[in-house]
Amino acid sequence: MPELSAGDTAWVLTSAALVLLMTPGLAFFYGGMVRAKAVLNMLMMSFLALAIVPVIWVLWGYTLAFDGTNGGLIGGLGKFGLDGVGLDSMHAAPIPEFAFVAFQAVFAIITVALISGAIAERASFRGWAIFVPIWLTLVYLPVANWVWGGGWIFELGALDFAGGTVVHINAGAAGLALALVLGKRIGWPQQPMRPHNLPFVLLGAGLLWFGWFGFNAGSALGANGLASAAFVNTLVATAAAVLGWLLVDVVKQKHSTTLGAASGAIAGLVAITPACAYVSPIGAIIIGVVAGAVCALCVGLKYRFGYDDSLDVVAVHLVGGIVGTLMIGLLATESFTGGPEGLFYGGGVDLLWRQAVAAAVVIVFSFVVAFVLGKIIDATVGFRVSEEEEVDGIDLNSHLETGYELTSTSAGPTRGVPAPAPARAETTQGA
Amino acid sequence: MKLVTAVIKPFKLDEVRKALEAFGVNGMTVTEASGYGRQKGHTEVYRGAEYTVDLVPKVRLEVLVDDLDVDQVLGVIAEAARTGKIGDGKIWVTPAEAVIRVRTGETGPDAL
Repeated sequence: MPELSAGDTAWVLTSAALVLLMTPGLAFFYGGMVRAKAVLNMLMMSFLALAIVPVIWVLWGYTLAFDGTNGGLIGGLGKFGLDGVGLDSMHAAPIPEFAFVAFQAVFAIITVALISGAIAERASFRGWAIFVPIWLTLVYLPVANWVWGGGWIFELGALDFAGGTVVHINAGAAGLALALVLGKRIGWPQQPMRPHNLPFVLLGAGLLWFGWFGFNAGSALGANGLASAAFVNTLVATAAAVLGWLLVDVVKQKHSTTLGAASGAIAGLVAITPACAYVSPIGAIIIGVVAGAVCALCVGLKYRFGYDDSLDVVAVHLVGGIVGTLMIGLLATESFTGGPEGLFYGGGVDLLWRQAVAAAVVIVFSFVVAFVLGKIIDATVGFRVSEEEEVDGIDLNSHLETGYELTSTSAGPTRGVPAPAPARAETTQGA
Repeated sequence: MKLVTAVIKPFKLDEVRKALEAFGVNGMTVTEASGYGRQKGHTEVYRGAEYTVDLVPKVRLEVLVDDLDVDQVLGVIAEAARTGKIGDGKIWVTPAEAVIRVRTGETGPDAL
């Protein structure tokens, strides 16, 4: 057991808090992109992930992901309810195991929340509430074990520093599956469903960028050179991706859009996530620019293939995750990895194929399980709101609230005068 | 009395308003509107999709005027709102049978 490092522990705990902030950030990033009548539902899907995942994480999440590995596929149940994790328990890095539990918990939250963007404005909240814990258990926990818990992808030697496969490819593939299960929104794609609050989108993107330093630099699990390099790579790849996306915007739309700038930042963050500790800052710029441009070109795919991935979870997270995961196979350099090298550094295709296998298996696994699970939920409790609820506004019907009360003459969410409060039987005077 | 209704390009509102004030019109009602005319809307590329924008943003301006002033008011609005490009808008006139100023109860041309 290593001796505890106060500096490392402080950084990992701080990073966990930074990563937690990403989910409310994501909620605003997504919430601004939907129409005004669905903003609360969009925010609530993220907040429900914030509510459900930590409870599961403590009960059976952490143990199934990180209590050893059974056949490289899933962890054990020895730490159910964090049994045996105490004040003195240490992680392999010189930090308390509790710090690692917290840091990994917030990763699980955002991964699940990411999926919600693909099914915006039409998913039944009850269906989502059932999907979240089951998908987390059946997909996220095994994949986290494969990559970070010593499972088969770890053994394969594929590199994923902070979650290109576990978080982004995983969520992107599940998002695609659910978008197919739920079907298109009414009126899509004939009606333009433009974002109702782009300042929210940029605010959310800014919070995500900020929190992502905890995500990537925090994944070093220490306050050290590796964390600092990951920090710089995260900064510069994201910047380059904004430029890459805006370039495509200007060529294709003749305008640089705020939605493009925000999405470009996220695409860059996604792509540099697996790679941030394995490439040089120049490599990070290349990954960022490629991710920004490729993701920008991919947002049109849903129109060509006819799936309503409402907020482009596929184009940004699945595609961005694939770009980052594969480009490690090109740009990884020994001075950062301490071993494996990518194709451009003379390492041949050895690393590249391992990266491709890891990406492909996670895509298929997450997609298939999410698709089957989505179908089962849809067939039993229903995974889509009624036509009336969707058109009138999912906020009012699912949550009895609306995001904006802009007129004093509107009847408001209760559509009428509030019922008078029941008369008190007695009043307590002078108490 | 007549009600003059003009649907114009939003950025021309200020110019039209100033021109009407200079002419001596004391009040008006302005609402945001959207619509299309002979040329229909236009197409726009956004976020990977091409949309037909059928309804173009417009401003709808309503002025009550005395019968004698109608032709001149029409001229003032048309002059100020014109860019010469498509989508400049339209102006029409409808008879207003009665007008009453709420505060004083004045009626007819006195209420204008």
